[in-house]
This record gives sequence, structure tokens and C-alpha cells, in this order.
Amino acid sequence: MDWRRKDGGWSPYLAGALLGLLAIASAVATTKVLGKTSYLGASTTFVRAAGLLERTVAPENVAANEYFASQKIKVDWQFMLVAGILLGALISSKTDKSFKAEGVPPVWEERFGPSVGKRAAGAFLGGIVAMVGARMADGCPSGHGLSGMMQLSVSAFVALALFFGVGIVVAHIVYGRRAS
Amino acid sequence: MTVEQILGLVTGLLFGFLLQKGRVLRFEKQLGAMLLKDMTILKFMLSSILVGMVGILWLSDAGILKLGHKPMNVGAVVVGGALFGAGWAIMGFCPGTSVGAVGEGRWHALFAVAGMIAGAAVYAELYPFFKATVLSWKDYGKIGLPEALGVSPWVIVPFFWAAVLGLFFWFEKRNL
Repeated sequence: MDWRRKDGGWSPYLAGALLGLLAIASAVATTKVLGKTSYLGASTTFVRAAGLLERTVAPENVAANEYFASQKIKVDWQFMLVAGILLGALISSKTDKSFKAEGVPPVWEERFGPSVGKRAAGAFLGGIVAMVGARMADGCPSGHGLSGMMQLSVSAFVALALFFGVGIVVAHIVYGRRAS
Repeated sequence: MTVEQILGLVTGLLFGFLLQKGRVLRFEKQLGAMLLKDMTILKFMLSSILVGMVGILWLSDAGILKLGHKPMNVGAVVVGGALFGAGWAIMGFCPGTSVGAVGEGRWHALFAVAGMIAGAAVYAELYPFFKATVLSWKDYGKIGLPEALGVSPWVIVPFFWAAVLGLFFWFEKRNL
């Protein structure tokens, strides 16, 4: 089997296995350096970003909110992890020339046409629903899907089954019919 | 920057690099999995779980790190998981991959990022309502599968590996 793809990408098995090693190293590093084991995750950062942004317009509202208070609005380890994901993807895609400016993904265009506005609305509204769900479930495909599964958490098995189960049904409803 | 922030940034940089190299950041790949046509993201996720699981469980046994299960709150995980799945299918990104997709030039993912930040604010506003309803149904607490089944994790790991490797062979045979 080819570990390197023609376009400069790596086999997903290889890249995934290396991410497994990174997850282990990161759990050890956070335990040693920060005194508390932190696992890879992403969705809590969106709460903190929302809190930081909302604070600039309505600080009293953020201060009085029970959920924001429980999540501690600050630029922490995970916040920088999420920022790092952007940088890492930028470096990787620029160095292997797979970086591509794209306003509407092809699969979306086949179904909904080339309108950036429609794509923006879909991404934005889908994002609202997904994040409400991720915060309710206390995790996303990183926190539950990767970190929870590695620890054999019961909640991770249930969450991942629902992420994909409902995702498969909705994807078939939304994208199953091709626009000609 | 604090040590905590630098550690997060470096870890995230490597995380983003691997996500991009595995080509899992793309809308087509995420939708490909949900349309059951391209299993790249599952191959990637499951490979990292297979490797990470052995190390994490072993280091936890050795007392080097602590497991941190997320609570098995039935309403939260079932309703939240379903909402996430629905939003994910429409948006075509998950929280981590959305920012990575912006990094590789797919700037429409910025709308997904904005939507998710808005969604987090919506959740914070609705939190008292969710707390009184969905979140209060039944909570089994922070449990792992080994405790739930009353077996050692090392009994579960080989079965998990066998099942996932079987799935990988099937993906390759079917060219998914």
C-alpha cells in the first residue's frame, strides 16, 4: 500500500496513527507541565470565543451567564490548540501545494449551485445547530470521537454513534438528490 | 504567551498538520463519509483511536495520567449527539476541522466557524432551560466501558482492534 499519495497527502491510516501518538504525548505533556491531564478537543474553545466576543459588546450579560461562568472564558491550552490547527493546516497545505482558495465546495455546488450566499447560510445555520449539540453532549468528534474513544468512555461510543447515525440520515436527505 | 498557551499551540500545530496531510479537512471527505462513499475520515479517526487507546490506557494503569471520561448523561449525549450530527451534515465540518479547513484555503469554512461561535452563545443563553429539561433526565456519570461491563480494559482492547481492522479490510475491499 502506498503511504504517500500522488497529491502529496499521506495515507489516512498513517496520518491517523501518528495523531494517536500525538494524543498520547499530549496527554503526558499536559499532565507533567500543567499538572492536569488534558485531552485533545475543540468545541469548548467556541464557547470561550463566543464569551470573549460577547464580552466586548455586553460584558454584564457574559458575567451573569451561568454557562459562561462554568467554562471560564479565557485563552487557555485548548484555545491555542485550535489556533494551532489552523496554522498547522496552513503550513502543511502551503508546503505540499494543496492549499486552495475555495468559496463553494464541489459537492455542495452540485446540489445547491455556485452561490456563495447559499453556502454561507448553510454553513452558518448548520454551525449553530451543531455547536448547540456539541455543547449539550459535552464534546465533538475530537473530544468524544478521538479522546473519549481512546479512553473507552461510554459517552463517547453513544455520542459517536449518534454523530454518524444522524449525520448519515441528514446527509442523504440533503445531498442525496443531485441537481442536474 | 504562557507555557500553557505555547504547549497548546505546538500541539495544535502538529494536530492541524496531520489532519491536513490525512486530507480529512475537506468538505467532500466529511460528506463522503456521511454519504457512505469515502471512508477517509473514519480510517483516520479509527487509526488514531487504535494507537492512542493502547498508550492512554497503559499510562493510566501505570498511574502516569488520569482518565477523564465525559459524563454519560443520557439526554445530553443522545439529544446533543443527534443535533450535532444534523448540523455536521449541513455544515460539512466539525469544530476542529472547520478551523483547519480555513488554514488550507477553504474560506467558506469561516461561515461554519462563525455559526459555531453563534451556536455556543445560543447554548449559553438556553443553558438554564436545557439544565431543567434534557440535562436532568438521567446521568450515569463519568463511566468507562470497562466499569460498565465489569471487565478489564485489556479484555476490550483486542476485540476493539479486531473489529476495527476487520472494518479497514472491508473498506479497502469495497474501495471506500
